[in-house]
Amino acid sequence: MGFIWFWLVASMIVTYVLLDGFDLGVGILHPFIAKTEEERTISVRSIGPVWDGNEVWLIAGGGTLYFAFPLLYASAFSGFYLALMVVLWLLIIRGVSIELRSQIPMAVWRTFFDGMFCFSSALLAIFFGAALANVIRGVPLNSEGYFFLPLWTNWLPGVDPGILDWYTVLGGVIALVALAAHGALYLAVKTEGNLQARARMVAQRGWAALAALTLISLPASMLVRKDMLNNYRAFPLAFAIPVIVLLALGGMIFFSRKGEDRKAFASSCVYLAIMLVGAAVGLYPRLLPSSNDPAMDITVANAISGPHTLQVGLIWWLLGISLALIYFVFVYRMFRGKVSAGGEGYGH
Amino acid sequence: MDALFLHRIHFGFTITFHYLFPQLTMGLALVMVAMKTVALATGNERYNEAARFWAKVFAINFLLGVVTGIPMEFQFGTNWSQFSRITGGVIGQPLAMEGVFAFFLESAFLGLFLFGEKRLSPLGHWGSAVMVWLGSWISGFFIIVTNAWMQHPVAYRVLPNGTYEVTSFWQFFLNPWAWLEYAHNMSGAVITGTFVVCAVGALYLLENKFVEHAKIFLRVGVILGCIACVTQIFPTGDLHGRYMAKHQPAAVAGMEGLFHSQPGAPIVLMGQIDEEKQTIDNPLAANGVLSFLLYGTRAAEVQGLDKIPRENWPQPLPLLYYAYHIMAGLGTYFVLLMAVSAFLLWRGKLFTARWALWPLMLSFPLPYIANTAGWMTAEIGRQPWVVYGLMRTSQGYSKYVSAGSGLFTLLGFMGMYTVLSILFIVLVYRIIDQGPDLSSVAPDPQTAMAKA
Repeated sequence: MGFIWFWLVASMIVTYVLLDGFDLGVGILHPFIAKTEEERTISVRSIGPVWDGNEVWLIAGGGTLYFAFPLLYASAFSGFYLALMVVLWLLIIRGVSIELRSQIPMAVWRTFFDGMFCFSSALLAIFFGAALANVIRGVPLNSEGYFFLPLWTNWLPGVDPGILDWYTVLGGVIALVALAAHGALYLAVKTEGNLQARARMVAQRGWAALAALTLISLPASMLVRKDMLNNYRAFPLAFAIPVIVLLALGGMIFFSRKGEDRKAFASSCVYLAIMLVGAAVGLYPRLLPSSNDPAMDITVANAISGPHTLQVGLIWWLLGISLALIYFVFVYRMFRGKVSAGGEGYGH
Repeated sequence: MDALFLHRIHFGFTITFHYLFPQLTMGLALVMVAMKTVALATGNERYNEAARFWAKVFAINFLLGVVTGIPMEFQFGTNWSQFSRITGGVIGQPLAMEGVFAFFLESAFLGLFLFGEKRLSPLGHWGSAVMVWLGSWISGFFIIVTNAWMQHPVAYRVLPNGTYEVTSFWQFFLNPWAWLEYAHNMSGAVITGTFVVCAVGALYLLENKFVEHAKIFLRVGVILGCIACVTQIFPTGDLHGRYMAKHQPAAVAGMEGLFHSQPGAPIVLMGQIDEEKQTIDNPLAANGVLSFLLYGTRAAEVQGLDKIPRENWPQPLPLLYYAYHIMAGLGTYFVLLMAVSAFLLWRGKLFTARWALWPLMLSFPLPYIANTAGWMTAEIGRQPWVVYGLMRTSQGYSKYVSAGSGLFTLLGFMGMYTVLSILFIVLVYRIIDQGPDLSSVAPDPQTAMAKA
C-alpha cells in the first residue's frame, strides 16, 4: 500500500510539474519574448484558460500527500515554514498578475503586472527546484520527526544546512532553466510569426545551458546523497532513467531545430518527468531523509496513514483522477490550436 | 503574544479573509445558473447578458478565492503540524477529495464558461455554468465535512502510533453535523450572492441606468434570496442549534450567555456580557424562549456554563456571545427585508418603490458580516478543542515555528491582503460602473423613442 501511494503522489507531482511547468515557463519568459502589447496578450492568453487547472494539481497533490503521509506533511510544511510562506505569496502575486493585467487598458498597469508575472514565475521555479534538492539532500530531523530550517546558514550541504546551499541553489537554477525551456517550447506550439521564432530561439539557446546543468546535477546529487544509487544497483533496469533523460534532451533540440514544435515539447515533458522519476527512485522508500542520522529518516513505513483509509482512498482517487483527466482532455481540445489576440471571452 | 495565540490569529485572519470570496462564488454560481436557465428556456437574450455581466464579477471573485485558498490548505501543515500529524488520516481525506473532485471540475469548466461561449452551443454553455456551480458547491461540502469532524468526531479509531483513522467512509460523510452545517452554510452563501445581485440591481434602478438588466437582477435575486433567508433560520438554523445543544452544550451556553443552568431559560436578544461577574448587563430577554427553541417546551432545563469546568469554557467567551448575536440579529433582518421585497415584487411594485430599493442597495455588506459571525460562532464555540473532546487547540499548533516567525508571516499576509482588497474594490467598481455589455443587443424601439 505504501509503495502504491508513494507512486500515486509522485505521479501527481510529476503531472503538476509538466502542466504548471509550461505556464511558469511562459511567465519566466513573458516580458523578454513577447515585446509588443499584442504579443504579450497572446503570451498570457496561451495559458489563460488552463493555468488555474494546472495549479490544481499542486493543491490536489498536496491534499493527497497530506492524506496518505500525514507525518511528512506535518514535518515538511512546518520545517520549511518561511520558504513555503514565500511560495504562497508568490502564488498569490502570480495568479493576480495573470488575471488582472488585462482588466485595465493602461500601459503602466500592464507593464507592472507583466513584471510581477515574470518575477513570481521565476522565483517559484527556483523555489520548487530548491525544494526538491532539499528533499534529496535531507534535513536535520529530530527524534519526533520535526525540524525547522533557516533560509540559509553557511551555504554548505552539511549536517546543519539551510534551505539554500550550493546544491539546492543548483537545483533551483536547473528548475528555472528547464521550465523556461519547457515554456518556450509550449509557446512555439501555441503561437506564430515573430513570437514563435523568438520562442524557438530561446528554447534552443536555453537548451545548451540545460544540458550542461543536467550533466553537473547527476554527480552533484551523488556527492550530496551517497546512497542515491542503492536502488539503481538493486534494480539495474533503473539505469535506463539517465539514458532516457539524455535521449529526451536530445529530442528537445533535434525537433526544435526541425520546427517540429509539438514533438520538441513532448521531449521536454519526458525530460522533466523522467528527471523527477529518477529522483524518486533514488529516494524510495524515504520521503524525507535526515541529514544527520539515517535512523531518523521519514519513510513510507513510518509516515503512512491507516490501512482502511488508504484502501478506500484508492477507489475514490482512481475515480476522481479519471474524471479529472477527462476534463483536461476536453478543455485542452477545446482550446487547441494557435492563439490570436482577437477579441474573445472576458479579460485576457 | 504566545505562539498558540499567534497561530490561532494567523489561521483566523487568513480564513476570514478567504471566506469573503467563496461565499459570493457559491451564491453567485447559483444565481448565474438561474439566469442561464431562464435564458435557455425562454430565449430571452437579456438573461444571457445578465449572466455575462455577473460572470465578470465572478471571475475576479473566483480568482481571489483561489489565491487566498491555497494558503488555507498549506497552513494545516505549516502552522498546525501537530494537529495534521495526528488527524491527517481523517481530515486529509476530504481535503484531498476536494482537490480531486471539486477543484478540477471547477477550474476546467470555469475556463469553458468564461472563454468558451462562442465555441459552445447555448446548451453547452449552460452546462458549463452548471458544472461551475456544482464544482463550487462540492468544494464547500468537502470543507464542511472536514470541519464537521472537528466539531463532532464520528467513525474514527486511534492507531497504535497515536494517530487517527476513519473506520467507515460512509459514516464519516454521513455525519449529521456535516449535513446540518452544510445546509446552513450554503443558504448563507446564497444570501450573500443574492444580496450582492440585488444591491447592483437596486443601484441601477435608483440611478435609472441599465433598467432592463436591473429588473432581472432584482427578480432573480429577490426570489432566490427570499427562499434562502427563510431556509437560513428554518429549518437549517433551528435544527443545527438543537443538534448543537445536544453535542456542544458549552458552545450553546456561551453563545446565549447563559451562565446558570435553569428551566425556562430566557433568550437574550441584546445585552452586554460580563464574564467576570457572570451576568448580562442591560438584558433585553424573553423568558422561557430558549428552552422552547431548543427542546420544544418552555419548562425544559438548559445547561448553563456553571455545569462546564472553567478550563473547558469556549474562549474568548464574549466574542462568541457577540458573534452569535450579530449573526442571529442580521438573519432576522434579512428575512424581513426579503419578505417585504418579495411581496412588492409579487404586487409588481418593487421596481418603483424607492424606499425599498435603498435598503436593498445598502444591505449587501451585511451577509458578509453575518456569514463571518456565524463561522466565528462555530469555531470559537468549539474551543478549547481543535477536535471536540479529543484534542485541545493548544496541542495542535507547530511547536517548532516560533511566535516571531508566525507574526512575521501574519503581517505579510495582512499587507498582501490589503493590496488585494483595494484591487478587488477598484476592479469590481469598474465592472459595475460599465454595466452589462449592450453592444450585442439590437436597440429596443421603446428606449430609442424615450431617448429621442
